[in-house]
Amino acid sequence: MTQQAHGRVVRYTFRERAVHLAAALSYVYLLLTGLAFWTPAMYWLAVVLGGGYLSRVLHPWVGLLFSVAVAMMYAIWRRDMRTTDADRAWRKALLHYIRNEDAKVPPAGRFNFGQKQLFWIMVWGGLALLASGVVLWLVAAVPWELRALRYAAVLVHAAAALLTIAGFIVHLYMGLMVVPGGLSAILHGTVSERWARHHHPLWIKDDVQSQQ
Amino acid sequence: MSLELLRISASGSPAPGVRSTPTVTKLVDTSTCIGCKACEVACQEWNDLPPEPTTQTGTYQTLPNTTANFWNLIKFNEHSDQSGMFRWLMRKDQCMHCAEPGCLIACPAPGAIVQYSNGIVDFQQDNCIGCGYCITGCPFDVPKFSPLTRRVYKCTLCVDRVSVGLQPACVKACPTSCLEFGTKDAMLEVANRRVEQLKASGFTQAAVYDPPGVGGTGVVTVLAFGDQPELYGLPSNPTVPAAVTLWKGPLKWIGNLAMLGGLAVAAVHYVRFGRKEDPDKIPNPKDQIPNSTRAL
Repeated sequence: MTQQAHGRVVRYTFRERAVHLAAALSYVYLLLTGLAFWTPAMYWLAVVLGGGYLSRVLHPWVGLLFSVAVAMMYAIWRRDMRTTDADRAWRKALLHYIRNEDAKVPPAGRFNFGQKQLFWIMVWGGLALLASGVVLWLVAAVPWELRALRYAAVLVHAAAALLTIAGFIVHLYMGLMVVPGGLSAILHGTVSERWARHHHPLWIKDDVQSQQ
Repeated sequence: MSLELLRISASGSPAPGVRSTPTVTKLVDTSTCIGCKACEVACQEWNDLPPEPTTQTGTYQTLPNTTANFWNLIKFNEHSDQSGMFRWLMRKDQCMHCAEPGCLIACPAPGAIVQYSNGIVDFQQDNCIGCGYCITGCPFDVPKFSPLTRRVYKCTLCVDRVSVGLQPACVKACPTSCLEFGTKDAMLEVANRRVEQLKASGFTQAAVYDPPGVGGTGVVTVLAFGDQPELYGLPSNPTVPAAVTLWKGPLKWIGNLAMLGGLAVAAVHYVRFGRKEDPDKIPNPKDQIPNSTRAL
């Protein structure tokens, strides 16, 4: 964390923001085209995005891009995302957090418990989506004797997608609608010192200690 | 199109067919097939399919499997019974035209797979997106993906011929009349008669293969060894794969409800609790603004 002018601190480096943006854009494309393949009621999404045929061609490649982005996020953030004692205390006060009674919520580190859960949902869900997605991509190459793989793939791909969608709805809602400054932080990288002390007090404290 | 549609893939609305049409069926009597492959040639000719490079695998069989350009393949299954008697158990490998088509149930592209009111299941390649879900949905390993067009192909039961009152090309070409074509009732009658003849000739296990697990098929096969369809490469009790039924049934509805529920919870939360406090806008005691000004 670097102190900047006017009491602003760097929350996300350029590298972190770039990887997050790649993951976000690829995830949204995968979500929209995936929903089109999921139900006829949403097929119009594929039509809007250039047609079902093009969506089917691009979906796996964009999936690879998303996988790379998630792998990079794992490399960058996995140490920050370990559950700590502070997280366990935070989790017990989850209802207060949901009710926006932030004064009653124990202090969080660089990421709070909810953010860490989203991270692990995307890592494990992404892994399941990649493994099952490769089978769906190359389904014609799966021998008839191994058709159980095809059956497993359609179920795993749908279940893992639904899991990540649950996380994504919460993540998007929190970032856009609930936490002022959240969207700006992941786009521009900096937050005010007050914002950092309010939402992530242990992060500020740890950082000050590590600098001493 | 003179044929009405009974089912349309990935369609939320009911199929338009209201007239009742007899279900058509192709009868394959494997016991009278001589392996001449006239049906294979007729299929390639009528459907104008490009030649498929053949491979020598040590049998008379044209290819190891059907392909995107080869929709009708006579399988030369080799079988020796207890007495050492060798037989070819011929089988016509092609689309079975299931009454409950797993391919159509699995298909996500509106109108890419249709079932006509006469029971024929047909792929509409112009609507196909090449996802291959039909390959997963089929219990007979029939749909074949073409890397050239990235779309999936199979036997049409010559719907273009049948819809103008002609027999399928393969039936027309068959020299031993082991292939016949007509209404399902008529074909089952012929099939059962053949089974009785086979039983009288000593094939006591002879049976008609019209698997109920997929609602019956539009291609009905007479098997001399009817208790062992596996000898012919046919599954003994084919059904739409359970994974596909689960995926396109309960999982889809649970998933849709969960996604809508998630959006609803977020909306209710926003109305009930709204945004969190913005720490940057909490007034700092040092620069306290007079109340009269703040009210503005």
